[in-house]
Amino acid sequence: MSVTADAIPEVQSAVKAGAAPAIVLEKVSKWYGSMQVLRDITLTIAQGERIVICGPSGSGKSTTIRCINRLESHQEGRIVVDGTELTDDLRALDTIRREVGMVFQSFNLFPHLTILENCTLAPIWVRKMPKAEAEELAMDYLRRVKIPEQAKKYPGQLSGGQQQRVAIARALCMKPKIMLFDEPTSALDPEMIKEVLDTMIGLAETGMTMVCVTHEMGFAQKVADRVVFMDRGEIVESGTPARMFNDPQTDRLKLFLSQILRGH
Amino acid sequence: MADIAAEAAVPFAARQRPPAAVVGPAAWARTNLFGSWWSTALTLLIGYLALRFAWGFVSWGLVHAVWSVPHNDAGQPNSAPCRAVIGIGACWAVISDKYRFILFGFYPYDEQWRPLVCIALFLGLYGVSANRRFWRRELGLVWIAVLALIMLLMHGSATLGMTVVTDDRWGGLPLTLILATFGLALAFPLAVMVALGRRSRTMPAVRLLCVVYVELIRGVPLISLLFMSSVMFPLFMPQGVNFDNLLRAQVAIILFAAAYLAEVVRGGLQALPKGQYEAADALGLSYGRKTRLIVLPQALRIVIPPLVNTFIGFFKDTSLVLIIGIYDLLQSGRAAVDDPVWQGFGNEVYILLAAIYFCFCFAMSKYSRGLERGFSRSRVR
Ligand SMILES: Nc1ncnc2c1ncn2[C@@H]1O[C@H](COP(=O)(O)OP(=O)(O)OP(=O)(O)O)[C@@H](O)[C@H]1O
Ligand SMILES: [Mg+2]
Repeated sequence: MSVTADAIPEVQSAVKAGAAPAIVLEKVSKWYGSMQVLRDITLTIAQGERIVICGPSGSGKSTTIRCINRLESHQEGRIVVDGTELTDDLRALDTIRREVGMVFQSFNLFPHLTILENCTLAPIWVRKMPKAEAEELAMDYLRRVKIPEQAKKYPGQLSGGQQQRVAIARALCMKPKIMLFDEPTSALDPEMIKEVLDTMIGLAETGMTMVCVTHEMGFAQKVADRVVFMDRGEIVESGTPARMFNDPQTDRLKLFLSQILRGH
Repeated sequence: MADIAAEAAVPFAARQRPPAAVVGPAAWARTNLFGSWWSTALTLLIGYLALRFAWGFVSWGLVHAVWSVPHNDAGQPNSAPCRAVIGIGACWAVISDKYRFILFGFYPYDEQWRPLVCIALFLGLYGVSANRRFWRRELGLVWIAVLALIMLLMHGSATLGMTVVTDDRWGGLPLTLILATFGLALAFPLAVMVALGRRSRTMPAVRLLCVVYVELIRGVPLISLLFMSSVMFPLFMPQGVNFDNLLRAQVAIILFAAAYLAEVVRGGLQALPKGQYEAADALGLSYGRKTRLIVLPQALRIVIPPLVNTFIGFFKDTSLVLIIGIYDLLQSGRAAVDDPVWQGFGNEVYILLAAIYFCFCFAMSKYSRGLERGFSRSRVR
């Protein structure tokens, strides 16, 4: 479906067999009022594993990954991230948010701070890093996402693709163990999608544990260890990208794939 | 070929200039003032009225005005020359005779250099704070130090060899500046806390308290709050316990201003996209850091215009303290023309008072526009 599919090199899997899982979701359920949006979600993500979550709109993809860093709280079941269970305990929450980076569909850069300040903010205030060191680190990551020359500008002066790459750099400056992406390319013009996907592929090559909600099937095919298909708050089917796309088992996935292929 | 060469010889910039018919004051007047018969007629009518008024004012205020009056041997002014021109010319003599009372009220005559220095300190404080280069933590300390110094100067201290002047004798412009500056400087942080409290999701009791506070205070006029502070409050206090009248009025102003400012600040908090809060959360920033580094800087920028609007309103509303017998600038002006010699010359005094209030309010308004422009420059969308 994506123009970039053929350009993407296959990325070697980085899953560490035998290590403790990075994320465990156990029978997680969540309601908004009386509407159930997550039903018994059970998913174990190994360290270094790269998961792509896909599914129709409103199926609960965003809610699932937002539960992982507790931007939303779940009501039933257990979520364990990097060995720490998510509860109402604020200390546990702090620990987890340090280790989990997140990239949003709408970038959510801080418009009143420069690009550099956006990147150094959390290392300075959360990790208590000296300012000079934080700036060096930030410049390092800005170079990796290929926009060091924009460091002194404000987010409003950058293109969407550049902003999203800054958002990725900002999250990486916290040196997280896990990165969450919620449709990072959906708000972008087609010509900017590639630059962001390339950045994410570069990140995948470093062995980062990644959970991406995306409809970029080319990206999923080349990068994901596992694709999880959600519909109406449930995990309907999951497996390797090749198996999922070439040999879908359920009717819901078949329908979804046909719609997505038609759509692009 | 020759044509082309001739064309090219005309300087590019010269050819790019628009024809004179669409720019310049003449063109502006043509399109905006004399665009049609109807608007030409209106322009002429309004122009005529404006000229009449301006001429009337010049004639009254300058041509036929009386600038000074003779004094008798006892130093008493004789306002007869002014009375002779009532209705024809202004009597500015009332101001040259009474300006010290208007500016400083009943403050002892020989000590009036002290409130004068206080006015200068206030102006200096505003000037320094207006400069964004000085927006650092130390500025807060400067404020505390300068305000303390102002209090010391106004009140005096026997140990330092200064005459003590209790605050029932304070008055005029310094008193207005004290009420407004202390009022807004203390109301603003309170307002921010109330606005944040009102949005708290984890502390329902705090939220309820903030809602009740805002709604209760907004529901009554400032005048009644001032009355309550000065008349009712002492009734409920045990005998002998007596807070000073000025302090109570000041507290009433702070509480009142804070309720209004809190609603303005809350507007800014609400206008901030949810994604900003989420991004700060996702980075692991604590509530305090998120509020201080991400939320407030953006929310307060959004509300600069309504915030300054409220500031200006309260600067003028401090004049309501006259109903509880405090001699602020307005009340000192009114009292000046209670002097039998000068009775009937209120217009001149009110013009002066209006001019003073205008200077302060216009400066605030102009400054806020500059501030908005400065902020938006760093945030091109
Ligand atoms: N704050 C909220 N209050 C009430 N309902 C909500 C809220 N957020 C999401 N929902 C509902 O929860 C369901 C799942 O939403 P979610 O955002 O997780 O879907 P999604 O799979 O990410 O969809 P999309 O592809 O459109 O982003 C939807 O039905 C949505 O309407
Ligand atoms: Mg979503």
